[in-house]
Amino acid sequence: MKNTKPFAITLDVGSSLLNKTGSWRTERPVYVDRLPPCNETCPAGENIQEWLYHAESGDYKKAWEEIMKHNPFPAVMGRVCYHSCETACNRVHLDDAVGINSVERFLGDQALINQWKVKPGKSTGKKIMIVGAGMAGLACAYHLRLLGHEVTIFESSSKPGGMVRYGIPKYRMPNEKLNAEIYRIEDMGVKIELNTKIEDVLATKEKYGFDAVFLSIGAQNAKLINIKSDESIPSLSAIAILRGIEDDIATGLHGHVVVYGGGNTAIDVARSAIRMGAKSVKVVVRKSQEQMPAHYEEIDEALDEGVEIVPFHSISEIKKGQLILEKNFVSDSSSAKPTGQFVAMEANVVVQALGQNVDESLLDNLDELRLEDGVLGVDTHLMSAIEGVFAGGDMIPSERNVTVAIGHGKKAARSISQWLHGKFEKQSKKHEVVDYAMMNTWYYSDAPRTIRPMLDVVRRTSGFAEVVGDLDETNAAFEARRCMSCGNCFECDNCYGVCPDNAVIKLGAGKRFEFKYDYCKGCAMCATECPCGSIKMEPELI
Amino acid sequence: MSHQQVKFYQTGTLTVGNRLLDAAQRTVQATIDRSNSLDSGHRACQGCGEALGARYAIDTAMRETNNKVIAANATGCLEVFTTPYPETSWTLPWIHSLFGNAPAIGTGIAAAMKVKGREDVRVIAQGGDGGTTDIGFGCLSGMFERNDDVLYICYDNQGYMNTGVQRSSATPGGARTATTMPVGPEPGAEFDKGKNVPLIAMAHEIPYVATASIDRLHDLEAKVKKAMSVRGARYLQIFVPCPLGWGSAPAQTVNLARLAVESGIWPLFEGEYGEITSVTNIRKQVPVEEYLKPQRRFAHVVKNPKQLSAVQAIADRNIRKFSLLEEQE
Repeated sequence: MKNTKPFAITLDVGSSLLNKTGSWRTERPVYVDRLPPCNETCPAGENIQEWLYHAESGDYKKAWEEIMKHNPFPAVMGRVCYHSCETACNRVHLDDAVGINSVERFLGDQALINQWKVKPGKSTGKKIMIVGAGMAGLACAYHLRLLGHEVTIFESSSKPGGMVRYGIPKYRMPNEKLNAEIYRIEDMGVKIELNTKIEDVLATKEKYGFDAVFLSIGAQNAKLINIKSDESIPSLSAIAILRGIEDDIATGLHGHVVVYGGGNTAIDVARSAIRMGAKSVKVVVRKSQEQMPAHYEEIDEALDEGVEIVPFHSISEIKKGQLILEKNFVSDSSSAKPTGQFVAMEANVVVQALGQNVDESLLDNLDELRLEDGVLGVDTHLMSAIEGVFAGGDMIPSERNVTVAIGHGKKAARSISQWLHGKFEKQSKKHEVVDYAMMNTWYYSDAPRTIRPMLDVVRRTSGFAEVVGDLDETNAAFEARRCMSCGNCFECDNCYGVCPDNAVIKLGAGKRFEFKYDYCKGCAMCATECPCGSIKMEPELI
Repeated sequence: MSHQQVKFYQTGTLTVGNRLLDAAQRTVQATIDRSNSLDSGHRACQGCGEALGARYAIDTAMRETNNKVIAANATGCLEVFTTPYPETSWTLPWIHSLFGNAPAIGTGIAAAMKVKGREDVRVIAQGGDGGTTDIGFGCLSGMFERNDDVLYICYDNQGYMNTGVQRSSATPGGARTATTMPVGPEPGAEFDKGKNVPLIAMAHEIPYVATASIDRLHDLEAKVKKAMSVRGARYLQIFVPCPLGWGSAPAQTVNLARLAVESGIWPLFEGEYGEITSVTNIRKQVPVEEYLKPQRRFAHVVKNPKQLSAVQAIADRNIRKFSLLEEQE
């Protein structure tokens, strides 16, 4: 055959694509979605990283819709949630946690301003009865509507909202936001029967033909102790006072106010008393200030406003217009022991804020159900000992806060729906939690946390105006963009860029990437340079 | 610097891409249709910094010239691992020359293009540090002196890696190579030797000189873009770690380039007509030890306080000389 090639050339030009360097590999990179710590700790099960991702690009509606998949109260949450997500945030190790709570509040308020709505699911014809229109009950109703069930809530008070309305003062939770978010749920077709105390749960269920029941009556009875007293100083209940403030009934707070107890309710009453013109407000706690169960931010704000904390004391007697306190000794084992040393304290009113109990009268006609240690036991699906009767919120054994209650509402709604379909689904396995060490944080821009504008201390102690201000649109997006997207690809193109072998395919916006294993040599540069830790190296199985 | 600093966009311009940036601000490497001038299947080691640096630079030049680039390549790793006969990894017109004459070949191609009236076709000559700072140095200086319309890119991995890791005039003090073993009272390569070719290039007062690093893509691409926007002799030296020659993990290549920049060992600057016109600041300063530790070629240096402080002194001098810690406008 005649050689048509130039002199000394015997082979055709070929591309190195013929050389599949993937055979060199002993480890292969794989894309993974790891669980960000914020999502892991959220009691309401929000996908925080996901909604921050949408907020970053300014798509606030999509961000809000993502929150609403799990939590129907972003405007409430953005004010009263104790944001364990921020405590867990990996950005703490870099500069300061992302202000998740403030962005959530911004999104919640945007939804109210723009009147964004949620559509209920396709009707199933099933009817669910809920007892108690607190956060757990309302959240459950919302999720049941999303699933297409009909819902009626029975509420003994004259307004819905439970402890968020009656326990949290207006300077933290303005009524108009709470009302608007509750109205949005009613607007989805949830019926709320106010001023209706249910005496016999099963009889009511029978009478109206409900298919399942969710109990969420909370823990609204004050836990009161008997203080030896000559009645020279009135002793009041914190919960009754907060309720009185909401309903505009005289509370009896005046002069020198002493609050007994170290929880959030105690701080709420103390801060309310300051606003109502008390001469002085002292909070007496048995142990140290650090051991108080109240949230540290609440304590700090209270101290700023002039509340005084008196640690290591118990109230032992009310005598001749004075309080007699006994000093406590607290050892390392953290139990407070009386010392027998007494001091007197000036007071006009004593307020007991020592916790709350579940109202047991609901169970009078439910023979199978009894409270144990003051709470109602439920199984992992939140179902009680009676088939089809579920419970959640403050009345079941669990941490008592708003976000937990909302989480119970969601979980109960899903359990109820599954139970109505005849079978509980198995819980899917959670992804591995992403640790700071799995990330390459050099890439994240320096960005200090935006401090929400705080009302001047003087101004906020003179009324019930909201203490913590809003983010505006520019700094809300800024704050959202501080999210490091831990464990979840945010399409920074690093893997696509740093591969020396072009072994990463970019699939386009929103579609992420793929590896070309034919050429990937397994150098792991992509995994090392991935800022958020969403590439994992796995041994190659030969 | 000609690229925009975008703050607070999560990762700003530190990552390769950023979905929140305007398309015009994004890197060439972040685009789906980048030319991949140096394609898959090449025989470079795992985690090769030179392969990465070459694709970064040539892809940018291709984008800037509407894919009208001819490259001349000196002998070295870059030539060997990309073109074992009859295969090539290059997706542009590319010619291999001798070890020492790539600048002269570039000059010739540029002259040919001028004669043919094809001055839209741009010429790049490239090589490793051995072919540039030692063997091709005479040709390079000549090309600068004549101000030929060629961009010369030196991929600096601080030694003759292709032939088995021998010392070049770009090898840093203290480094172990096959010809500078860590023995005797002054182990490794001698200190206070070697050439700073970017500064020598500037002494020729050519239109553009810059140093770049593979860890800072926006900076690197902006420099290639700037180089392609001017005519005449231009010089770019890119810092490309070599896992084989440096005794480092392949996955650490980009990170080592970053640590070299952040410690002050590899100053990033630009010069025009003999004057320094900009420097890229250190973002988060680290002691040189952090840069040296992951490299086996410096294992003895890290344990030797005298040598360690000598390396730190070099970094400190760079920081002072180039004002690497001062805020730039």
